[in-house]
Amino acid sequence: MRMSRAAGKAVIIALLAAPLLHSQAEPPAPEENLKPSAGSEHPPVSYDGWHRPYPTEMKPEGKPGPAPRHDLGGTWDPGPTSGIVASIKPDDGIPAHQPPYTPLGLEMLNQNHPSGGFRTVLPGDTNDPIDKGDPQGMPREDLYELRVTQIVQYPEKVLVLYTNGRVWRVIWTDGRDFPKDPEPRWFGYSIGKWVNDTTLLVETRGVDERTWVDRAGRPHGADLAVKEWFHRVDQSHLELSVQIDDPKMYTKPWMAMYKLPFDLRPPDFDIREMIYAPSDFGEYNRLVADPVSKEHSK
Amino acid sequence: MRKLLVIFVLGAAVAIACLPALAHHGQAAYDTTKLTTVKGTVTRWIWSNPHCVLFVDATDDSGQVVHWIGETQNPLSMTNMGWTGESFKPGDHITLRLTPAKNGAPIGLIADVILANGQRLDARNFVKNEPRPDAKPN
Repeated sequence: MRMSRAAGKAVIIALLAAPLLHSQAEPPAPEENLKPSAGSEHPPVSYDGWHRPYPTEMKPEGKPGPAPRHDLGGTWDPGPTSGIVASIKPDDGIPAHQPPYTPLGLEMLNQNHPSGGFRTVLPGDTNDPIDKGDPQGMPREDLYELRVTQIVQYPEKVLVLYTNGRVWRVIWTDGRDFPKDPEPRWFGYSIGKWVNDTTLLVETRGVDERTWVDRAGRPHGADLAVKEWFHRVDQSHLELSVQIDDPKMYTKPWMAMYKLPFDLRPPDFDIREMIYAPSDFGEYNRLVADPVSKEHSK
Repeated sequence: MRKLLVIFVLGAAVAIACLPALAHHGQAAYDTTKLTTVKGTVTRWIWSNPHCVLFVDATDDSGQVVHWIGETQNPLSMTNMGWTGESFKPGDHITLRLTPAKNGAPIGLIADVILANGQRLDARNFVKNEPRPDAKPN
């Protein structure tokens, strides 16, 4: 039985592409001996959005089953605190935690005044875009206030539904390429490819320059390219890694998140609302943020 | 000079790492080396984002009523610590411990609350080196 010419070409392309995909199956290990993103301690019992108690201590009857092939679907819980500031390079003043800024990147960083971390300013002095009601966008949605996350999968796309802000995004898995000269969007344009049976590599471009990379105010420009590795470890566990690449702001790509662990929650788990409504935010600012910032504000 | 800078950066990093984890807004407005105890009566409890806010009237040493405001993290985080939107109602007598504002305003970041029935609600915002009430001896 002879193979057709077209089939032969397909086999050769697949063989050539295999090492490339294999090399991307694992996220690059963080440099300088940084630790992977840690999971947080779960309380013995917590409550879902329907006020129903559920056990959070993982006591499975034996080992979880193997990861299903090409399937990320489910309700994934990173724990009560680990996703709040999930970067493996937190803004804590430790030199090893500083991304590799270019001179322009450093200049842009210093124009951003976060209300948390090593460079924190008073609440009344921040220019954090989310304090004005702007969306976090990508990749900050992964790196700040990442809570229980639902993943819904279709043959041609993956939907990621975030708790914080009740926002969602689409990752296209139908083989399309990025649009030419895309109009900037808060969450950019995401395409995903399976690099092995259990890992979806997602690339995002075209992110609106008004967003910050993370809560620390790390900057990005129009050339930002974000890579995410969604790796289903087994039936009950998922890991997420995030890499930032922007040659104008950073001298080389850097890992912002590395293997942040998630636990699978049951299908009937209801997610609490976490919405920063302008009316609630305004009242908080009037009652607390503005009064504590007085006299200290510039 | 370079050594001094390194020492300053590392020292500041350690200090920052010991600060409480207020999710949305930072702690820059609060004196995280202090813990103030307030005994008083709840007048309002806001269970809302970005932070929950508790209002407590307390009488100071001169007999004046001070309107204290204490903030916590958001409802989702507080739920994981056992707090609810029904944790307080106006008229409840409580003891509140908080990290006070640097500028002297009667506002603070809540560390914990003791209810009239003795139940303690922990907000996990304790200052460095402050022994937690539930700490066990080594």
